[in-house]
Amino acid sequence: MLLQIKNLHVSINGKEILRGINLEVNKGEVHAIMGPNGTGKSTLANVIAGKEGYEITQGEILYNGKDIQKMPPEVRAQEGIFLGFQYPVEIPGVSMTNFMRTSLNEIRKYHGQEPIPAKEFLARMAEKKELVEITAKLTNRSVNEGFSGGEKKKNEIYQMAMLEPQLAILDETDSGLDIDALRIVANGVNKLKTSENATVVITHYQRLLDYIVPDFVHVLFEGKVVLSGGKELALELEEKGYDWIKKETEKR
Amino acid sequence: MSKELNSIPVLDSIPQWFDAIVGKEGNAFKGLQNVRTSALEDFNRLGFPNKKMEKWRSTDLKNVLSFDYSMATKDFLMKDILEEVFECEVQELDSYVMNLYKGRFVYKESPLHILDDGVIVGSLSAAFDKYPELVEKHFGKYAKTENNAFNALNTALFLDGLFVYIPKNVKVEKPLQLINAVGTTEDVFVQNRNLIILEENSQLTLIHCDDSYNYKRSFTNSVTEIVLGANASIDHYRLQNINNNSSLKSTVAVEQARDSRLNTNSIILNGGLIRNESFVTLNGEGAHADILGVYLADKNQHIDNQVYVDHAVPHCTSNELFKGILDDYARAVFNGHILVRRDAQETLASQNNANIILTDKAMINTKPFLEIYADDVKCSHGATVGQLDDSALFYIRQRGISEDNARMLLMYAFAAEVTQKIKIDSLRERVEDMVKKRLRGELSICDQCVLQCSNPEKYNFEIDMSKI
Ligand SMILES: Nc1ncnc2c1ncn2[C@@H]1O[C@H](COP(=O)(O)OP(=O)(O)OP(=O)(O)O)[C@@H](O)[C@H]1O
Ligand SMILES: [Mg+2]
Repeated sequence: MLLQIKNLHVSINGKEILRGINLEVNKGEVHAIMGPNGTGKSTLANVIAGKEGYEITQGEILYNGKDIQKMPPEVRAQEGIFLGFQYPVEIPGVSMTNFMRTSLNEIRKYHGQEPIPAKEFLARMAEKKELVEITAKLTNRSVNEGFSGGEKKKNEIYQMAMLEPQLAILDETDSGLDIDALRIVANGVNKLKTSENATVVITHYQRLLDYIVPDFVHVLFEGKVVLSGGKELALELEEKGYDWIKKETEKR
Repeated sequence: MSKELNSIPVLDSIPQWFDAIVGKEGNAFKGLQNVRTSALEDFNRLGFPNKKMEKWRSTDLKNVLSFDYSMATKDFLMKDILEEVFECEVQELDSYVMNLYKGRFVYKESPLHILDDGVIVGSLSAAFDKYPELVEKHFGKYAKTENNAFNALNTALFLDGLFVYIPKNVKVEKPLQLINAVGTTEDVFVQNRNLIILEENSQLTLIHCDDSYNYKRSFTNSVTEIVLGANASIDHYRLQNINNNSSLKSTVAVEQARDSRLNTNSIILNGGLIRNESFVTLNGEGAHADILGVYLADKNQHIDNQVYVDHAVPHCTSNELFKGILDDYARAVFNGHILVRRDAQETLASQNNANIILTDKAMINTKPFLEIYADDVKCSHGATVGQLDDSALFYIRQRGISEDNARMLLMYAFAAEVTQKIKIDSLRERVEDMVKKRLRGELSICDQCVLQCSNPEKYNFEIDMSKI
């Protein structure tokens, strides 16, 4: 099993945000996480990626069978966890090219590999740029600086393509994209899919799931996974709205 | 008066030094005797600056002036200097790399080179011997002594320095490098004096390095005057990497004629106490000045940048950008003063000072100041002080980059806004390497900015941030 989350409780400044999450992701799977605003989806993604400022009060996060709670975020990334940020950060003065090269080389170093030869790196950039239909101009610029909302999201997928992670968590990568960009991003994710990796997409829109077909859909509500099912759950959710979820949870 | 009682021992030595340098028979700068005598009077009247003075409120010299510095006043044999001087690495001396040592000009064959196109490069004292009118026309006209004690002291006591003359329409392609190195003996007090003259429509790149050869204490008081004729253009770089026991007071005074362009960039990598003063007078319409700087300080280092821009005539532009990263207990001062005189209509002036403070003990004292008497002007100024951005750090680490390297990347990127503006590729690469090493705490004071030994392959970093 690639990712196993058991009874995860997380607080921010003493306020409990995640209240007993259980989630299992296997290689080759695509999972979708849906749920109303402020319910803890990004919190879950950030905690898996190792962001500071969260207190795990209970539970476990196992990645490839290893407890990763004490692992710094860079080691998690080197182990293959990638987070597509809901709000990608602008880094003036650091060019995309340098950023990706540094990133790739540190990951390679972690795995005992030599730095990527310049030629190979350039070829890879060209190939991945094509995959997400990103223009050369963007990669010559500073990371996300002055990028439009949609360009920032595309850039997340471009980075994912460059780094080829084992587990990609894409936090609302679809929001703010026009229809063409949505198709491009979804295509990119689909092309990167192998039997050895897995993707977790966090989304508000059933529409994305027409392109990225999930094996499982989970509904997160008030810090808990209250419903899990196949892709038809997303449709049902869209039809009935979150009030339905509320009633379902109250029933139990 | 006994030296023990005086808190500034060099005050006692100054009259003797002056006698030995200026008073003796056949001194090198006979024609300047009056100028130098009145400079000494200015100094005696002003005394060393103290914290009660507006312009020195945040920089305290008490400690660095408490040592009994000595000045080399006697002539010494060039052969001895050449042997003594290079402890770190030996450089080839040619007409494009000039060395100053203890205030003397170092040369192998000749102190003055006269090149085919009429360019004169070499020792100021030799130049004064040969071309007294040329030197006298400009010497002391821009670095004022009436209100500046260090300029006054330098004018009274300097031994030598660099002289450059670029005739009309001559563009010097190869950068000229001046290296002033201190060290080798304890407690030296050095006065360097440089004069750079660019005639109409000429062009020069000058790299001015202040380096240390070892960890011995020193105090350097350097004054450089630069005159730009109409449409002349200079790229001027100050690279400062001195040891933590040493102090450097460096003045650059620039006079600009019509349509001339000044680009001056100070890269301050290390030093116990450094105070840079830049005086730029835009005195001809259409003149432009870029005044940039980046400073990296840690431990107890103290870095002070003072920039004074005088918009004396209409239609001139000036642009100031200074960025600093302060660690440990380091302190920095930035004082920018833009004066726009009544006639200087359609002035465009901007001023910006940005700082990253890595600890809560480090401190920056920043004071941008605009003094505007004309009404049709566009002036802006700003100052920021901040920490490294946590969300950017997490973003970078999430891509597999270690925390140290992520911090380093952010700091490097912050400094790069200034270092990227270095126009000579080999120098920019060398400086960027030095900044990386500095941020990693790996820069040695023996690392000099000598272009000839710049060899990027020599420097290996875990983070490869070179451009491809
Ligand atoms: N640093 C923080 N300090 C205090 N509260 C926080 C912090 N970060 C998140 N929260 C709170 O935690 C809750 C969950 O936030 P989270 O961002 O995980 O929601 P989300 O499900 O991703 O919502 P959205 O769909 O709007 O992106 C919210 O109530 C939010 O206000
Ligand atoms: Mg969210």
